[in-house]
Amino acid sequence: MVVFLTGAIALGVTFLFGCVGEILTEKAGHLNLGIPGIMSVGAMGGCLGVSLYMGALSDPNNASYILLLLIGILSSAFFAGIMGLIYAFLTISMRANQNVTGLILTIFGTGLTEFVMEAKVDRSLLAKASTYFTQSLPFAGKLGWFGEIFLSHGILVYIAIAIAIVAAWLLQKTRIGLSLRAVGENPATADAAGINVTAYKYAFTLIGAAVAGMGGLYYIMDYLKGSWEYGIDSLGWLAIALVIFTLWRPDLSILGSFVFGALYIASYSIMGISFAQMQLLKMLPYVVTVIVLIVTSIVGKKETQPPASLGLSYFREDR
Amino acid sequence: MNNEEVKKLHEPLFHIEKRGGVSKKKAWGIRGIGILVAVVIVSILAAIMLQADPFTFFGKMFEGAFGTTNRIWNMLRDTAILLGFALAIVPAFRMRFWNLGANGQVLMGAFACTVCMFYLYGKIPLGVLVPLMVISSVAAGMLWAAIPAVFKAFFNTNESLFTLMMNYIAESLVTFTITVWVPNGSGSLPPIIPGGLKLFDNAYILPILIIALLTVGMFFYLRISKQGYELTVVGESENTARYIGINVKKVIIRTLAISGAICGLVGFLLSGCMSGTINPQIHSGYGFTAIIVTWLAQFNPLVMAGVAFLVIFVNRGMKSGIKPAFGLTTEAFANIVTGIIFFCVLAFEFFIVYKFKYRSDVEEKMNAFKAKFKKKSAAKVATEATSDGVVASESASEAAEKANGAGDAENGENAAEKATEEVNKEEE
Repeated sequence: MVVFLTGAIALGVTFLFGCVGEILTEKAGHLNLGIPGIMSVGAMGGCLGVSLYMGALSDPNNASYILLLLIGILSSAFFAGIMGLIYAFLTISMRANQNVTGLILTIFGTGLTEFVMEAKVDRSLLAKASTYFTQSLPFAGKLGWFGEIFLSHGILVYIAIAIAIVAAWLLQKTRIGLSLRAVGENPATADAAGINVTAYKYAFTLIGAAVAGMGGLYYIMDYLKGSWEYGIDSLGWLAIALVIFTLWRPDLSILGSFVFGALYIASYSIMGISFAQMQLLKMLPYVVTVIVLIVTSIVGKKETQPPASLGLSYFREDR
Repeated sequence: MNNEEVKKLHEPLFHIEKRGGVSKKKAWGIRGIGILVAVVIVSILAAIMLQADPFTFFGKMFEGAFGTTNRIWNMLRDTAILLGFALAIVPAFRMRFWNLGANGQVLMGAFACTVCMFYLYGKIPLGVLVPLMVISSVAAGMLWAAIPAVFKAFFNTNESLFTLMMNYIAESLVTFTITVWVPNGSGSLPPIIPGGLKLFDNAYILPILIIALLTVGMFFYLRISKQGYELTVVGESENTARYIGINVKKVIIRTLAISGAICGLVGFLLSGCMSGTINPQIHSGYGFTAIIVTWLAQFNPLVMAGVAFLVIFVNRGMKSGIKPAFGLTTEAFANIVTGIIFFCVLAFEFFIVYKFKYRSDVEEKMNAFKAKFKKKSAAKVATEATSDGVVASESASEAAEKANGAGDAENGENAAEKATEEVNKEEE
C-alpha cells in the first residue's frame, strides 16, 4: 500500500505540472491542446541543458547540485516557453484557431523532441543527472510510512506542489488573478476596465507552457530515473483531462493529480488481475473525467464551468 | 509640445483592422505566400540539419511521394482516408461544434466491423456479411459521436473536451477486446479477411471510390441542402437559429450523427476493406490532422481534397523519400516539417481576415515610396517601349498613367495625394 501511494504521488506530479500549466493558460481564455507537445519539448530542453552542462565538465560526476538542477529546470522551462510563445503568437496576435494551433504544436513538438534527442543529447549522462533530481531528504527513511509516502521524493515534487499552491493563491486572492479571470471570462469587459488583455494572455500562456514543460522534465529525470522514453504526449492528454476533473482549480489539482496517478498505476499494482482487466483499468481516468464533465455541466454552477471565452480569440473591434 | 508631436507620441505605428471582404483570388494569393514562406524555412532547416540543398531535398521528397506505382497508390489511399476523416468532421466544424473525437469514432466503427468479422466470417456468405459490417460500423460511429452531441444539446457540456476523452475510452476498449480475443498477449489480431475486400484485385480502389463519391455528396449537402443551411446558421449564431425557428438541439444531434456515421464508414474502410483486422492505432491520429485540413480548406470539401493531398504528399515524401535518403531513423523530421508548413499557412490566414492600418504619417511615407517605385518602373517600361516604336510608346504612357492612377486610388487620403503630386513635380 505504501509503495502504491508513493508511486501514485510520484506519477501524479507529472500530471500536476501539466495541469497547473494548462489551468493558467485556460484561465486566460486559451485552450492549449499543444500541452502534450510542450511537455515533450520541456523534457527535451531539460535533458539538453543537463547533458550540455555535464558534457562541458571535465568529470561529469563532479556536477554541482544547485547548478545542475537550475540548468535543468531553466532550460526545460525555456524551451517549453518558446513553444508557448509560438502558440501565443499564433492564437493571440494572429488570432488563429486555438484547437488547430494546439494540435499542430503537438505534432511539431513531438517531432522536435525526437530529433534533438537523437542528434544532440548524450543520453548516457541522463541516468547520472537523474540521481541529482531524485535526491530526497536524508531523514525521510527514518519516519516510517509517513516519510516514505510524503518525504521520499525528489525536489521537483515539492516544487510542483508549491507552484500549484502559489497558482491557487494567485488566482483566488490577488488582483492579478482577478484580472486574469476577467480576461478569460469576458475579454471585452476586461479591456474596457483597463486591463491589458494582450499582455495577460501572453504572460499566462508563456508561464503555463513553462510550468507544463517542467512536467516533462520531471517525468524523465525523476519518475523514469533518467531513462528516455517517447510517449510523454499521452501523459499530456491526461493532464488536459485533469484540468476538467479538478474544475479549473490548482489547489484541487494537487489531490486530483494523485488520484489520476493512482488510477494510472492501479493497473500495474493490483495483484492477480489479468492483462485484459488492466486495459479496462487504464480507461478509468478518462471515464471519470467524462463523468465529471457531464455532472458539472448538468449542475451548471458558475464556479465549476470552463472560462466563458475559452477557445475564442479576442479582437477589440469586434462587436 | 504641439498637437502633431502629441499625436506622434501616443498613436501606435499601426493598428489592426478587419478587412471588409477579400476576393478569392487575393485570399489564395496570400495562402500561396504562406506556403512559399514555409518552403523557404524548410529549405533553410534542411540545409542546417541535414546539410541538403533545397533542390535535392524537394527532389527526394517528390521521389518519395510519386517515385513508383506502389508509392502513388499509397498516396491515393492515404489521401482518401485522411479526406474521409475530414469529410466526417466538416459538418460538425461548420456548426462550430469542435469534434476532436474523429479518432475514437473511426476506431469504434472499425471495432464494430471487426466484431462482425470475428464472429461471423466464414459462417455466413460474404454477400450478407459485408452489408452487416457496413451497417454496424456506421451505427457504432454514429453512437460514439451522438453521446457528446446529446449532452452538448441539452446541458451545453463542453464538446471539445468530451470528444477528446472519448478517443481514449475507445482506444482502451479496443485494446481490451484484442487482449480478450488474442489471449497469448501479443496484443495484435491477425487479419481475419486476408488482404481485405478487393475490387479489381486491389484493396485500395473501393475506399478511393467511396471517398470520392462522399466528397461530392458532402459538397452539395453543405452547399444546397436545407440541413446544410440549418447547421451553418446554428454555427453562426444559435440565437438567430432559434429566432428563425430552427430546432437547435435537433440540428446539433443530427449533424453529429452524420459526422459519426461517416467516421464509422471510414472505420469500415480501414478495418474491413483494407487491413482485415484492427489495432488501437488504426486511425493513425488522422482525426487531428483532419481538423487542420478542414480548417485550412475553409470547410469546402473540394478544397479539402487538395489540402489533404498536400498533407499526405509532405508526409509520404518525408517517410519514403527523405528518411532513407538522409539516413534518418525516425519520423521526427517529418513532424517538424509538417508543423512548420502548418504554422506558416495558419499564420498567413490572419492577413485574409485582417489588415494593418498604419499611422497617418507612416502611411504618407509608404505611399510616397510606392508612388516613386511605380513611377520608376513605369519609366523603365516607357524607355524600353520607345525603342520599339511609336505604337509601343503610347502603351508606355498609358502604363505611366496607370501607375499614377493606382497611387491615387490607394491613397484616398489628402496626405497621400500630396505625395503623388510631389512626385509629379519632381518629374517635371
